Formats: sequence, C-alpha cells, structure tokens
Amino acid sequence: MTAKVDKPGAFGAVLNWIDDRIPMTRVWNMHIAQYPAPKNFNFWYLFGSLAILVLVNQILTGIWLTMNYVPSGEGAFASIEYIMRDVEYGWLLRYLHSTGASAFFIVVYLHMFRGMIYGSYQKPRELLWVFGMLIFLALMAEAFMGYLLPWGQMSFWGAQVIISLFGAIPVIGDDLTLWIRGDYVISGATLNRFFALHVIALPLVLVILVFLHIVALHEVGSNNPDGIDIKRKKGSVAEEDKSKFKFHEYYTSKKDIVDAIPFHPYYTVKDILGVVGFLILFCWVVFFVPEMNGFFLEAPNFEAANPLKTPEHIFPVWYFTPYYAILRAIPDKLLGVIAMGVSIAVLALLPWLDRCKVRSIRYRSGIHKLNIAQFVVTFFILGWAGATPQTVTSTILSQICTVTYFMFFVLLFVYSKNENTKPLPTRLTK
Amino acid sequence: MMKKLLIGLFALLPTFAMAAGPSVPLLEANHDLTDNASLQRGAKLFMNYCLGCHQMQYQRYETTFRDIGIPVEIGKDTLIFDDSKVGGHIRNAMDIDDAAKWFGAAPPDLTLVARVRGADWVYTYLKSFYVDESRPFGVNNSVFPLVGMPHALQELQGVPTAEFEEVEEHGVKVQKVKSITTDGSGELSADEYDQAVRDLTNFLAYVGEPSRLQSEAMGIKVLGFLIIFFILAFLLKKEYWRDVH
Repeated sequence: MTAKVDKPGAFGAVLNWIDDRIPMTRVWNMHIAQYPAPKNFNFWYLFGSLAILVLVNQILTGIWLTMNYVPSGEGAFASIEYIMRDVEYGWLLRYLHSTGASAFFIVVYLHMFRGMIYGSYQKPRELLWVFGMLIFLALMAEAFMGYLLPWGQMSFWGAQVIISLFGAIPVIGDDLTLWIRGDYVISGATLNRFFALHVIALPLVLVILVFLHIVALHEVGSNNPDGIDIKRKKGSVAEEDKSKFKFHEYYTSKKDIVDAIPFHPYYTVKDILGVVGFLILFCWVVFFVPEMNGFFLEAPNFEAANPLKTPEHIFPVWYFTPYYAILRAIPDKLLGVIAMGVSIAVLALLPWLDRCKVRSIRYRSGIHKLNIAQFVVTFFILGWAGATPQTVTSTILSQICTVTYFMFFVLLFVYSKNENTKPLPTRLTK
Repeated sequence: MMKKLLIGLFALLPTFAMAAGPSVPLLEANHDLTDNASLQRGAKLFMNYCLGCHQMQYQRYETTFRDIGIPVEIGKDTLIFDDSKVGGHIRNAMDIDDAAKWFGAAPPDLTLVARVRGADWVYTYLKSFYVDESRPFGVNNSVFPLVGMPHALQELQGVPTAEFEEVEEHGVKVQKVKSITTDGSGELSADEYDQAVRDLTNFLAYVGEPSRLQSEAMGIKVLGFLIIFFILAFLLKKEYWRDVH
C-alpha cells in the first residue's frame, strides 16, 4: 500500500480527516480513477452502467410512487389513477417506472448477450456470471410482483396463470400455490405480500447482488471484445509495452498491465455519452408512447381487476414471452413448467458448457457464430409466439424453437471442446 | 362447494355479454386533443347523455374544466347536474346492483374506456347502433353484438337501420352489417352526428389520459435538452480520448 499522501489546503484537510477514518480516497482510486479497464470497449459495454442507471431510476421513482400507492384490493387501482391524475407529475413518475421496467430488461438482455458473444462468462469470470444470473432471477421476480400492483385485469389474470404453474409440481403443488397467494384465489392478501416483496425484499436483494457482481468484476477485471487478458505475468512485459497510465498499486504490484486505461475519466465520459443516448430513446417512450403499442403497458390493464371476467387473451409482458412460449409449446403442464425453468437455469451453466479456450466470437469458429445467430433468431421467434394467441402455426413454431433454444447449449457443449478457432492477437485490437 | 361454484358460474353469465365481439374494421376517430371547443362539446354530450348511467369515478370536475378551458364557475353552473362538489369525482347516483339487474351488466366506468378499447373503437361503436327488435332495448350494435345498452344518442342520430349482407366466415354463412342509415328523425344531420360522436370520443380520450398534452409539451423540451447534452457529451468524450488514441 502506498504511504498516505497528505493533501494540501482546506479541502485537503477535510479529505485527510475522512481518509483517516474510512478509506475514501483509496477506494476511489482503486475502483474508479486508477482502475485498469481494457481500452477497446465498444457499444456492447455500455449496458452495465445503463442497468445501474435504470436500477436507480426504478428505486427513486418507486419511492415516490409508494407515497401515494394504496396496497389493497379495494384501493390499488384507484390509487394508480389518483397518481396519474391528481398527484403533481404523478403521471411522469408512473411512466418513468413502467417504462423503466421494460428498459431494465432491454439493457439486461443486451448486457447478457454481450457476455455471450465475447465469452465473458469463461474462466475466471464464472462467479461473476452466476451473480449476474442471480440478478436476472431477482429482476424477473421483482418485475412479476410489480406487475400485480396496478391491480388491472392483466395484473390479476397474469399472476393467476403464473402462480397456478406451481400447482403442476407433484404432491406439494396445491399447497404451494396456496402458500404463495395467501388465499384460494389471487386477492388483496396476495397483493399486500407482493407489495412488501416488491418494495423492500427484492430491491434489497437486487442491490446486494449488484454490489457483489461489481466486487467480483473488479477482482477478476473486465473481459473485452478480443477476449484476451490485459493483465500479464509480472515481468513478462517490456517496459515500453506497458500501459503509460497510472494504475493503483493493488493491480500493478501483482501483474504487468497492457492496453489498459483508467476507468475514470475515460470510461466515465464515454458512459455519460451512452447514458444520454439511452435517455433520448427512454424519454421518447416516456413522454410520447408510454404504452409502446401495448408492449410496455397492456390495454386490458387499464380495466380494474375483475375475478369474474377473464380477458380474451392473457399474455405476460414482452420480457417474459420467450419463456412463456416454451411453457405453452409443451402439451404436458409439468413438463412445460420444467422446460421453462430449465430454459432460464441453463444460462447459468454457460461457463461450464462452453469448453472452448478462446473467448471472443471474433476468433471462434463459423459454427459458433451460426449457433449464436440461430439462438438470437430463436429468442425473437419465441418472444413473438408467447405474445400471440395460440394458433397451429405459433404452436409448431414454438415447439421448433424450444428445440433450437436447448440445442444451442447442447451443440455448444459438443463443438466447443475441439473448436477450430483463429489465432489470438497478442495485444488488443481496436 | 358445489353451491359456491354454481353461484360463481351464474355471476359469470352477464359478463360474457360484455366480452368484446368479433373484430370489425374500425373507423378512424381523427380526434384532436388540442381542440378545446371539441372537448367542451364532448363534455357537454357526456354529462347530458352518458353520465346518467356511466361514471368517471377517477376524474374530477374541476380538473376537467381547467384542462379543457371551461371557467370553473361556468362549468359548475352548466355541467354539474347534481349536488356534486366541483372538486369531486364525476359520479352518478345509480346503484351498481340495480344497474346490473336492469341492463344484465352494470354500465362500465368510462374513465379509461378510450385506453382499454382505443379511441377508434369508441368512435365506431357510437356509430354502429341499429334497430333490432329482438333485443331488450330494441337496438343492437355491430361493433359490440348483443350489447346491453340502449342507443343513448338516438334523439341526435335518428332511428338507425342496418342493411345486411351474407358473408362466409370459416366456411359458415353469416349475416353481417353492411351499412347503417338513419331515417332523418334525429336532431342532427349525418355529418353533424359524426362530429358530435367525434367530440365525445375526443373527450373520452382526454379523460383516459389527462396528462397527454402536458407530457408531449414537456417531452419536446426534455428531448431538446438531451440532444444538446449529447453533442456536448460527444465533444467531451472526444477531447478526453485524444490521450488514448
């Protein structure tokens, strides 16, 4: 550790006083100002910081929504309309929150896709990936419970359908659904517990997991579009090849660092650009098309929950539709539920399913590129199928895509062992 | 248990009639939320012809007057027909249970109807009543078949009669409404009726989302700010990254 340098001036005196008590300057330098980040991050590397931005947006708007929301079967729907009409800028808070929910999934899906194409889940970043998957799970639970709160028709019937899925589990199924709902049907009791989980329990879990995700990231360091290491064995790099920037001793004492730049100011200014670009799209939705043609806010949800009136079609919100399509593709309910669960869980196993030593798609085989391409197409078709009333065509398509979805992982496991990869560069390319 | 189930099933019966009917091509409402005169005429129509049965239980009189440019004193005197407070919600005195008995289903709240169904649906629906003596109120609706509602605007439109045509749907021949004409006994001409329905639709669209215009006005400023910020952020990034390249 460097000897503490006393900072001059009145401001420096304050900093010194704080630094003697908590390691403020040290943490700032270690993780921000002197943190080595690969210099070739591209567009795909914006979505991590954007996910944090959306998380903060959800927490802040959520706090203010909570001030006027009434978590009860009698009051919930009316309180949302109260927020939309009578609370000053309540409509803005609500649209920021509802659009934020969809935006969260968009940035998280893109963030996960980045990890897939550049092999960021590979050794030594397995735990980082697993924490990410746990965040994804918590996010899905958070979104699902949040969707019940407006207490509209789709809130009610969507929750009804999804919770009843647990009933497919043998022996304990019925008791389990009863335990989750706290009632024989979805009711005010369900709403209240979902509210508690949505505003306290799950956000807390999310924030802790995000913290661990970042701790794990900073321990192993970021991957990059080339998928090669920027931290080399101590003494293996010639002095003129070493990065000319100053990094924290924590990193330089153990490794030689090439092609890196400090996170701050280079990636902070770049992330600001990403944030503003994102906000332009986000605010366009918030202010002009908050319903996003029924994808972000479904029309039937503007009708208060009515246990006696089933909507014509019940769909989950777009971000759940791929898994919903897998569920519906399988005629047997229990097998469908299992397939849906596995389709999400299998993602967490990617670090062990992919046995290739090369990380980035740039240097991997044609078959790997094809496999990723088919996975993307599959995901979109499933997403479409899960948002459409069931027809013969949509069912057959869902069944085909359920197979291709799982084949992605099977094929990856098979071909990655002896994959025909391209030679890796010794230094980062642009 | 069986008894409960039966009660539940019976409770479902009238609501089936509420389910949206077969999709018919909708007319375009072409309403304009910035047209205060249209919104005011729509509000007048709503208070006179709809409010007797349909409430707007989430919307307040005063907010409505303020938003569509009616001075509160004038609105109070001309558009509030009961002893409601001007700050109160737009409600009527109909008892839900009675209403369900009279119409087969309680008349739905209309605060959000334009968001649930869409403005085009509302516009088309109000133009699609036709005489059908087999129905309890003597009228049916081609957008919402077997609807449990009388033609509330009949004194404006006149008596509408439908011309049918036979079309094949899924291999079965069915009678479909081809066109609807009125006998001219209404207070309004066909064009005037269209405009009245458009005004009413416009008003319902406003009430569905009162913040729409405010949102768009603010949105333009926000986007303008962000675009300028984007340019500055881009220049800042370029300046800093000189060191890297």
